[in-house]
Amino acid sequence: MRIALPLGLAFAAMVSTAALADDTNLPPKDVSFSFEGPFGHYDRAALQRGFQVYKEVCSACHSLNRVAFHTLDESGGPEFSEAEMKAIAAGYQIDADPNEQGDIFDAKGNRLKRAGTPSDYFPGPFANENAARAANNGALPPDLSLIVKERAGGAHYVYSILTGFGQKPPADVKMQTGMYYNPYFPGRQIAMPPPLTDNQVTFNDGTKATVDQEAHDVATFLSWTSEPKMEERKHLGFDVMIFLLALSGLLYLSYRRVWKDAH
Amino acid sequence: MSGPSTYVPKTAFSRWLDARLPIIRFANDTMLTFPTPRNLNFWYAFGAILTVFLGIQIVTGIVLAMHYVPNENLAFDSVESIMRDVNYGWLLRYMHANGASFFFLAVYVHMFRGLYYGSYKAPREVLWILGVVIYVLMMATAFLGYVLVWGQMSFWAATVITNLFSSLDQIVPHVGTAIATWLWGGFAVGDATLNRFFSLHYLLPFAIAAVVGLHIWALHVPGNNNPLGIDVKGPQDTLPFHPYYTAKDAFYVALFVVLYMAVVFYNPDLTGNPDNYIPANPVVTPPDIVPEWYLLPFYAMLRSVPQKLLGVLVLAGAIVTLFFVPWLDTSKVRSCRFRPQMKFFFWFFVVDCILLGYLGSQSVDAAWNLAGIDLPLVWVARFATAYYFGFFWVLLPLVGLFEKPKALPDSIAKSVLGNAQPMPAE
Repeated sequence: MRIALPLGLAFAAMVSTAALADDTNLPPKDVSFSFEGPFGHYDRAALQRGFQVYKEVCSACHSLNRVAFHTLDESGGPEFSEAEMKAIAAGYQIDADPNEQGDIFDAKGNRLKRAGTPSDYFPGPFANENAARAANNGALPPDLSLIVKERAGGAHYVYSILTGFGQKPPADVKMQTGMYYNPYFPGRQIAMPPPLTDNQVTFNDGTKATVDQEAHDVATFLSWTSEPKMEERKHLGFDVMIFLLALSGLLYLSYRRVWKDAH
Repeated sequence: MSGPSTYVPKTAFSRWLDARLPIIRFANDTMLTFPTPRNLNFWYAFGAILTVFLGIQIVTGIVLAMHYVPNENLAFDSVESIMRDVNYGWLLRYMHANGASFFFLAVYVHMFRGLYYGSYKAPREVLWILGVVIYVLMMATAFLGYVLVWGQMSFWAATVITNLFSSLDQIVPHVGTAIATWLWGGFAVGDATLNRFFSLHYLLPFAIAAVVGLHIWALHVPGNNNPLGIDVKGPQDTLPFHPYYTAKDAFYVALFVVLYMAVVFYNPDLTGNPDNYIPANPVVTPPDIVPEWYLLPFYAMLRSVPQKLLGVLVLAGAIVTLFFVPWLDTSKVRSCRFRPQMKFFFWFFVVDCILLGYLGSQSVDAAWNLAGIDLPLVWVARFATAYYFGFFWVLLPLVGLFEKPKALPDSIAKSVLGNAQPMPAE
């Protein structure tokens, strides 16, 4: 070990690894979020603002189908009041069950709808995948429920994509029609048009709605939709770690005591 | 090693039971008074740690199975429902997923410890072989479990691994494809595959528990090896398992669980692949298909061979080789403490395995830039694979013949206690 390990480390330090092909995306921007670190928690105001950005901007193309309305007033989330949560749910039209005549369409052939309730999930903007592609130049806007966990870089990646538009593509990059240059996206060409502009939403709490602010808030909101139990996890984790460290200390003392005469 | 039983039933009931089913005597002899070398160090605690993790995996797994749905359209949703709707479902699932990682971390330490101290040598060959059987069962169980999540990486890992069997077509036409079709229960990885993988994933842990029973039995016949690698010569060399090793193991188990819980609560997706949070999609292949970290060294070996069938044979050979270790080592001395050359090659082997793991995690066309010259990683993997096999098939037999071992100590007691009077074992 005395020779092999330092030898290996020295070798590792000497060389640099690089993929031969260089069409990779930039690493995500280094921004900080309130939920990072062992004591991190979601910023409630940011979650509520982020929800507003999702509702008024992203939801035009992106579904959020793993999130139920009732989670909006639960602890660890945006923590809207129960009345606010119910009002949000009622603001969505959900496909109704068959009526008493067994119909799911009205006389004009429209799908029967009803107001959303807390147990419903966010309805998506498109009826199915083909409808989504047809409306988006052939591209499929991904569901956002797990977007932060299913992309390397997580919330930083989401923030970087949303704020990564507007740069001129390098001269040697040939843009495909209908694509937008975004150096943070794998392949650097993304089908999503720049979704955010300054003052695109009006925040109730008076926060200035810059692109940066909107992107940061919606990245926070989508982190919560990906990992809604994070605060519960970190709180419980703290108690468990304290308990385990105390237990380890006691077990260490009993181990030393048992072995006192055996060495 | 355990010698005649010293158990004396004390109550009327235990005397009655002892004459009919001496189960208390058995527990007493194997778990309490069992004579254990007095010099076992930290590295010997991993047997206890592994037992605890097998228990954690089985208990969390049984509860997860109550909420999981093995159906291609519902599996991923049911896992997300466990994460969101089931009380403490997120905890169960993170414990189970990371439990597998820590189970493997512990088994690798346990195996390297066995290699370093020569614990596979006579009279412990069967003990070692049973250990390798457990390791193979663990890899199968972990792979099957990873598929159950039914994310993109699950689906494509299942596709890649089951397709390895189709390489047998190159030996006997159609046989490999027939085996793959039989494994899938169809013509591709699908609902039937998921269902049988779930069934087997539930079954294999109990097979592991059974082989662990045999493993411990095979341990209790010759008794523990120890860091000196010399035989126990009498009661002065041993301590009863309880309270000495129960106390020592309990402390190290707790420390290991601290590490495990730190990951479960503060970085539960540490070893996970983000792509596996995307539901399985048979028409979209992820850019890089990578297995979980504990299988990466074998993946690197597989990919380092350009020919598919040969690659599969190398992969299988890397595991099968482990069964022959007791007979490949020609040295009379067990412990590397007294084997200066072998000690060097051993640590180089550890570095080699970690390097292979790293290489398996990199994309196929990656390269190291050495002073301006690109060294493709596939070539690094070839050298690392060569050392893996060379260590077992060349170094283990040859070094034992030429190496001049250091002088062995007279006894365990003397080595531990110096010239002080050894304490009686009781």
